[in-house]
Amino acid sequence: MKFPIPLRFGIASAVLALVGLQLASCGGGSSPSNNMIPPPTSANNVQPVVVNSGPANNYVNGIFTSVTVCVPSTSNCQTINGILVDTGSYGLRLLSSAGGGALTLSLPQQTSSGNPIGECAGFVSGFTWGPLKTADITISGEHAGNVPIQVVDPTFSTVPEPCKIRGVPENDTLQTLGANGILGIGPFAQDCGSQCTLTGMSNPNWYYSCAGSSCQVIPMPLAQQVQNPVPFFATDNNGVIVELPAAANPVPTLSGSLVFGIGTQSNNTLGVSSIFPIDASGNFSTSYKGQTYPAFVDSGSNGYFFLDSNTTGIPTCPSNSGFYCPALTANLSAMTSSGSVSETINFNVSDADTLFSNSANAVFNTLGGPNTGMFDWGLPFFYGRNVYTAVESKNTPGGVGPYWAY
Amino acid sequence: MVPVAWVLLLNLPAFAVLGGDASSLRDDQVHMNASLRSTQMPAYTIHELRTPAGTIVREFAASGGRIFAVSWNGPAAPDLRQLLGPHFEDFQQAAAAQKTRGPRGVLFIQQNGVVVQMGGHMRSYAGRAYLPDQLPTGMRVDDLR
Repeated sequence: MKFPIPLRFGIASAVLALVGLQLASCGGGSSPSNNMIPPPTSANNVQPVVVNSGPANNYVNGIFTSVTVCVPSTSNCQTINGILVDTGSYGLRLLSSAGGGALTLSLPQQTSSGNPIGECAGFVSGFTWGPLKTADITISGEHAGNVPIQVVDPTFSTVPEPCKIRGVPENDTLQTLGANGILGIGPFAQDCGSQCTLTGMSNPNWYYSCAGSSCQVIPMPLAQQVQNPVPFFATDNNGVIVELPAAANPVPTLSGSLVFGIGTQSNNTLGVSSIFPIDASGNFSTSYKGQTYPAFVDSGSNGYFFLDSNTTGIPTCPSNSGFYCPALTANLSAMTSSGSVSETINFNVSDADTLFSNSANAVFNTLGGPNTGMFDWGLPFFYGRNVYTAVESKNTPGGVGPYWAY
Repeated sequence: MVPVAWVLLLNLPAFAVLGGDASSLRDDQVHMNASLRSTQMPAYTIHELRTPAGTIVREFAASGGRIFAVSWNGPAAPDLRQLLGPHFEDFQQAAAAQKTRGPRGVLFIQQNGVVVQMGGHMRSYAGRAYLPDQLPTGMRVDDLR
């Protein structure tokens, strides 16, 4: 079952035409192949994105796009809409039709000693479970070949115990995931990283070798983990820019662009943005009223999530208890910093119960809620701001990644 | 042949941590194969465990030894069944029943006298679970880090 998102992208028709040609050149679906147009000298690096309630119509402040996947080195392809664009994770995950998602294309299964490999990928508010596969990926005019991805599939083997004891819900259905997949284009090249290459109790239990319904944790070399597709591109492979215009509050949708590359073309220069290098955990700092917290920029978080009612004096909502409900709009200020670079961010938080009163709306630039001891600059932070994410060890005109710039 | 340490782990009883007494701390240390450091504050003690996967778990004990809060921070999500003890099943059900149009990227569950919060992002997980009625007088939620 497919839930196509409305195509309200604010992009020049010429660019849309180019996207169409690139997708058609993959040979998938019912589009006629077109081999009369010569390839562009530099890749089209602009992918339309839209903020709306998503393919399950249950999201707020969700930023979605489409991705084309192909069986590696074939023209057997599928284009999937309603994929969440997430700078807080790394790698492509597609929800299988078994989970109510759009993916029906059969992709090659990765194995360990002949057994299928499964993954329990760690998100903060849930985990995704399913097999490790490979695909050729096309987004805008950018191509990534033979990339390990996760297919999210609740019917794959059996969810292992070390995955369940994290306590968070299994997000393996269209309702629970709220998307047909997640495009993780954050600052790291692999989803788990060096931790998953270790054995024994040092391993965080993400990758499994599954014989029938029995899965055992296996160490996973970096190159075989689920990969951020951006470093696989031939060009424009050092990072991304999420570009969203300022949003009225509240509105049903907001259109913008995901631009690939930093300083590789005339449309992705750094300009006057400040550059904030991030640490090995993927964090920088944010100070609020004299206290400093680890912080991060995350398009996959749907609000400003910071502090607690006790510290801010802002109560949580009677109805939507995970969000703040100040009596009057709270005008707040916090300082983001990394090393000697800092920038003060002014932001507003208003009553989420009131914001949600009209269910047609899905874009809220004043949505906030409590957090643990971290400061989460979620999607409202991106409204009216171009946010650059540079991938680890990649060169850019602003230095070597990983960093954020805005 | 099963290693001896593994046998010990399997033989551990089910026990409480959040809401449990100081003896559960030792159980946690064994279960997580963690190193332990304790810091005495005026109104409570922080027992800090570091798991082999690099995650810091802090357990906050009142003067009588009862653990009123746990927090964690690091590259791997902790064994929450172990840390929440008898509160785990309730938490799991509440987390799975989250309403639509809810928070994404954080988790905030408040029920039956227990608050559980999670935040962070892939490769960097932070969280805390506490019994709000049992925080020492004057202690702030923001201190639970």
